[in-house]
Amino acid sequence: MSELDELMRALGEAGGNAGVLAAADTAHLAVSGHSIVSSHCVEGLDVDARETWKGISARVVVREGVKLKRPVHLCFGVLHKKGTQEIRMDIKLEQNASADFIAHCIFPNAEKIVHRMNAKVEIGEGAEMRYSEAHYHGLSGGIEVVPKLSVTIGKDGRYYTEFSLVTGRVGRLAIDYAVSAGEDAVAELVTRVFGHADDEVKITEKVVLAGERARGLIKARVAVEDDASAEIRGITEGNAAGSRGHVDCMEIVKDRAVAKAIPLVQVNNPGAKVTHEAAIGSVDKRQLETLMAHGLSPEEAVDVIVKGVLR
Amino acid sequence: METGNGSIPIPGWLSMPLLEVNNVVFRAGTRSAPILAGLSLALEAGEVHALLGTNGTGKSTLACLIMGCEGYRPCSGEIRFEGALITDLSIHQRARLGITMAWQEPVRFEGIAVRDYLSLGRAPLDPAPFLEMVGLTPALYLGRMVDKNLSGGERKRIELAAILALDPRLAVLDEPDSGIDMLSIQDVINVINAFRKNGTAVLLVTHREEIAVIADRASQICNGKIICSGYPRNVAAHYKERNCLICNRGECHYV
Repeated sequence: MSELDELMRALGEAGGNAGVLAAADTAHLAVSGHSIVSSHCVEGLDVDARETWKGISARVVVREGVKLKRPVHLCFGVLHKKGTQEIRMDIKLEQNASADFIAHCIFPNAEKIVHRMNAKVEIGEGAEMRYSEAHYHGLSGGIEVVPKLSVTIGKDGRYYTEFSLVTGRVGRLAIDYAVSAGEDAVAELVTRVFGHADDEVKITEKVVLAGERARGLIKARVAVEDDASAEIRGITEGNAAGSRGHVDCMEIVKDRAVAKAIPLVQVNNPGAKVTHEAAIGSVDKRQLETLMAHGLSPEEAVDVIVKGVLR
Repeated sequence: METGNGSIPIPGWLSMPLLEVNNVVFRAGTRSAPILAGLSLALEAGEVHALLGTNGTGKSTLACLIMGCEGYRPCSGEIRFEGALITDLSIHQRARLGITMAWQEPVRFEGIAVRDYLSLGRAPLDPAPFLEMVGLTPALYLGRMVDKNLSGGERKRIELAAILALDPRLAVLDEPDSGIDMLSIQDVINVINAFRKNGTAVLLVTHREEIAVIADRASQICNGKIICSGYPRNVAAHYKERNCLICNRGECHYV
């Protein structure tokens, strides 16, 4: 079985759609360990990907005015028990371009794996990018995931990102995202993580509303159980007139787990407005009682609530 | 005004009440004054029973005691369902006996679609007819989340639809009409009639006379006691005239 087949089988076993790379009208880049095992481009999309001694380096450009009809699938995985994978991505959406990226990160057998992502994203004027990243981990927790992202959004640009790690053990996660939004630009960052055993979750997300009327949302949904810990820093700066930002953090804590939320809002222009909300604690009593009144046991009710929050 | 308990028609109901609340006293925390002061109430199977009372008289407290919510256990007295003592059962144990409740202000849930919410706690079913029963168009609501993007009235209707879908033996509805505009009151009445048609008993906590009068019987609660029971129109009139425990010198009576 080829490395690509193994990667796809692992994705399928983790609940992902293993057929995503088969379509001819869908661009993809699949990386197993340090090897590029498959890639496919479509018109309007340029991908220059190279293997490095620890992973890969790729430059991706969506050309001016091109609106990709199908999402670009990025498949990153390590099927061995030990190893390091470093992904360097340089993504540029030229003026008025539009593209969706779906990243599948698969580490089913990790015992001592480090997965680092260092990405730089440039969204041109009027361009729109959606990036969703779903992780599929095994049950050992021997993995360290370190995604670092820097995004610049031009005038009227849109950037939406969603990170999800709710399947398997988290291991150690350290997200570090920074976004700068220009005039009339929109940035939306959503993170969903479920930590178990002694998993460590650290999320730092920063949105700088640099341009007039720029808008930003940081939304984090984290559940931790057993002895897991979570620390979420949501930082928003309102630097221009008419800019609006919001930080929304919800953490559900079970067992002996510990959670922190540190929202930091800073306004440097009297015409800007930034708000934040954070809720940390066990499952809401009224939610629990409502579901129990529907006949669910307390355990079933907690499960439904946590899954809903992480959906 | 009719007088006496014996004048109330009881059309073919079973001799054993479905629900019995017997002389229940309830205090919140260390409060010396009881919220419920020896309250007794019985509901027959399939009966729609309206409970009228002003704010702070103990209506919602009684609802929570019947459902078994956390922190709501009688200081004395007992609650029976089909003759069995349920006072010490938890909410979900009571729900599995067929008791359920729609709170006055239903909570919101992130990430749970209306379609899934209506199937919680029961075998999968087609949720569309239940949404239609509460005046909502299924195509517009099935895919929506039961979250803060719903208005108060929409959320309330969805809760009523979910309760209907559960097909309970007893539904405790705490002010199902609050937050729903006057023009849509008929939808609430339709829901109550749907419960009646299914043979579900309803304890209907309400302020509105036009809702209370569709019940089979009604009771007025004041100062933690049932002060009168009888025909809904008579109880509603009694309630509207501000006849209360204090006015009647502590006498409980039937109207």
